[in-house]
Amino acid sequence: MGTVYDFIVLPLIDIVEYPLFFIEVVIGGLSAGVMYSLVALGFVLIFKASGVFNFAQGVLALFAALTLVGIMDWGIPAPLAILATAGVMVALAIAIERLMLRPLVNQDQIILFMSTLGLAYFLEGLGDTLWGSNVKRLDLGIPEKSFEFQGILLNQFELVAAGTAAVMVTVLAVFFHRTRVGRALRAVADDHQAALSVGIPLKSIWIIVWSVAGLVALVAGIMWGTKSGVQFSLSLIALKALPVLILGGFTSVPGAIVGGLIIGVGEKVAEVYWGPALGGAIEGWFAYMLALVFLMFRPQGLFGDVIIERV
Amino acid sequence: MNAKKLTLGGMGAAVFATLFTAVPVAAQENYMFLPSLVYRTGAYAPNGVPFANGYADYIALVNARGGVNGIKIKLTECETGYKTDVGVECYEKLKNEGPAGATVFNPLSTGITYQLIEKTWVDKVPVHSMGYGRTAAADGRVFKWTFNFPTSYWSQASAVIKYIGAQEGGMDKLKGKKITHVYHNSAYGKEANPTLKILAKKFGFKLNLLPVDHPGQEQKATWLQVRRIKPDWIFMSGWGVMNQVAIKEAAAINFPMEKFIGNWWSSTESDVVPAGDSAIGYKGTAFHGAGANWPVFDAIKKEVYGAGKGAGPIEGVGEVLYNRGLINTVYTTEAMRTAMAKFGNKALSGEEVRWGLENLNLTAARLDELGLGGFANPIKISCRDHETNGPVRIQQWDGKKWVVVSDWITPMADVVRPMIEKAAMAYAKEKKVPVRKCDGTD
Repeated sequence: MGTVYDFIVLPLIDIVEYPLFFIEVVIGGLSAGVMYSLVALGFVLIFKASGVFNFAQGVLALFAALTLVGIMDWGIPAPLAILATAGVMVALAIAIERLMLRPLVNQDQIILFMSTLGLAYFLEGLGDTLWGSNVKRLDLGIPEKSFEFQGILLNQFELVAAGTAAVMVTVLAVFFHRTRVGRALRAVADDHQAALSVGIPLKSIWIIVWSVAGLVALVAGIMWGTKSGVQFSLSLIALKALPVLILGGFTSVPGAIVGGLIIGVGEKVAEVYWGPALGGAIEGWFAYMLALVFLMFRPQGLFGDVIIERV
Repeated sequence: MNAKKLTLGGMGAAVFATLFTAVPVAAQENYMFLPSLVYRTGAYAPNGVPFANGYADYIALVNARGGVNGIKIKLTECETGYKTDVGVECYEKLKNEGPAGATVFNPLSTGITYQLIEKTWVDKVPVHSMGYGRTAAADGRVFKWTFNFPTSYWSQASAVIKYIGAQEGGMDKLKGKKITHVYHNSAYGKEANPTLKILAKKFGFKLNLLPVDHPGQEQKATWLQVRRIKPDWIFMSGWGVMNQVAIKEAAAINFPMEKFIGNWWSSTESDVVPAGDSAIGYKGTAFHGAGANWPVFDAIKKEVYGAGKGAGPIEGVGEVLYNRGLINTVYTTEAMRTAMAKFGNKALSGEEVRWGLENLNLTAARLDELGLGGFANPIKISCRDHETNGPVRIQQWDGKKWVVVSDWITPMADVVRPMIEKAAMAYAKEKKVPVRKCDGTD
């Protein structure tokens, strides 16, 4: 453990003396944050539409990436393979609605949460059985080279990831706020029975939302799979999304992005400037600590809805 | 009877049938029980699976040829998921299996090894943590039941520094150089640090230690620091996804791959293939060969896979981690053979196999006989030395396969052994472990 001087003064001097490096750290944090947001978005979708925290979202990303690589291994071109995988994710959403959600209508949220836990383990095993547990390379031709701009190192892949996230957030925000289906999704989230009583078809809504979450998982799986290879540990990216959700709010699509960026920048700056004084590798717990601090002041997250329940 | 009752009844009948058929067979058989702690599932499965396959296939080959001096080996896998608590459960479940109990445990996890060390004193079952685990266990005077040959993390670290010194034109040229150790933030990843610190002082290079948290999918902060430090060389002690991401991140900051050396758990096909062309030139350490160019592999393909008894896909035969699982069981079965020379050809107990491990003398001639000439270095274990400070080689990824690019590098025993003995004696003092004299009486 370093001294107070090492811990407080030195990092600040460092930031002032080398501003370009600080900017690079912030950009690195933003790019990491975008990757976290891609995963967090899937959680937000399910939560917005059903009030359920989908424990299986990380595994959905793994399953989608495994399926994509598996289909590509059959010699099918990437665009067709992506379409086929999207089809598989929609089929999976239908199966989840029929076999898992429909029998649980009007059950407590905790029951639905537990069912997603079971789904996570089932999909892990299914993916493993169908496609094997070896690491698979995913190459969709996304450029990965780095280049210097004004003395700052930028990476093409990270820029593509940022662009992808921006497009996804825009589409999803429009979908939720400007379409009938989007409004219906939000109504279902508020109250299953009330939504049913005004003629909102619960079954279709759940299929739609799980399909969209599956497609978001596919995008997240592609980006993370390209970065690290497609393998079982992809399912653990969910752990990175949790502090993002706490911070951004479980019900806000823009919140998932802003939360991701804050967590990304926060943990990278903390790791680079304060990590050495604390022995290093602090970014994992720092993200959660940051989220907990936010929880103390805004329990609903930065952009989350304030939920008031009559008791 | 409805379907549910029928199913339950069927399951009950199956359990009964198992009880009344399996027990007498087990009692009649004269076999040795070898537990295999594996991780075929979980985040580290890509590494665990090929190791487990190599481990199982060599035992299948030995059994296909009649066993060790006619005594067959029963291998039972227990899934740990690379989790220490589950690994300990596996140990407890399997330690008394078989006619004479478990013969030896190979935990394939430094965390599990740490937990088992003290248990083995009571249970009298040896642990062989081959190239991992607690490095101080190399001192057999204190760690009677633990073996970590053919070499250890500390020996490996000194060999890597020796290699870097040679590449720089001599050990004196290391002065002022910058070497960074990027490591898995776990008991395993930290093992090399004490040795590296001592070597940094001895040779005057600047050492930076950069931990990466489990599982290591996101390492941006680490590589930003690397970019700032601008090290001359990077040494990595990674595992699983951490390795693939690290190699890609190193390429992203344009770090020269030929100056990036992974330890023997960071230089497998799984580590480099997902990184594609960016991994070309990346180096790693090894204490055994890569590829399937030895007669033993032909035998496995013919006698094990040909009989439909292969543990995995035949294409996996010869992968780095497959070969590591294989050499692990070669050491195990040769220790059994050694023990049989003293105790007779019978189902051996853990205590007897421990003696076999401690008296193992695997010569070059014997390796040739096994179809493994040149695959690994000959080795001789003793009461005092459970590690042997064995040499390592550097291999380099050429985009398709690992190519050996150095001779065997002998670690710096003058640095490592005193550290081992000091750490072992401190452990003995703390845990009140009697120190053996190693004069044949203990």
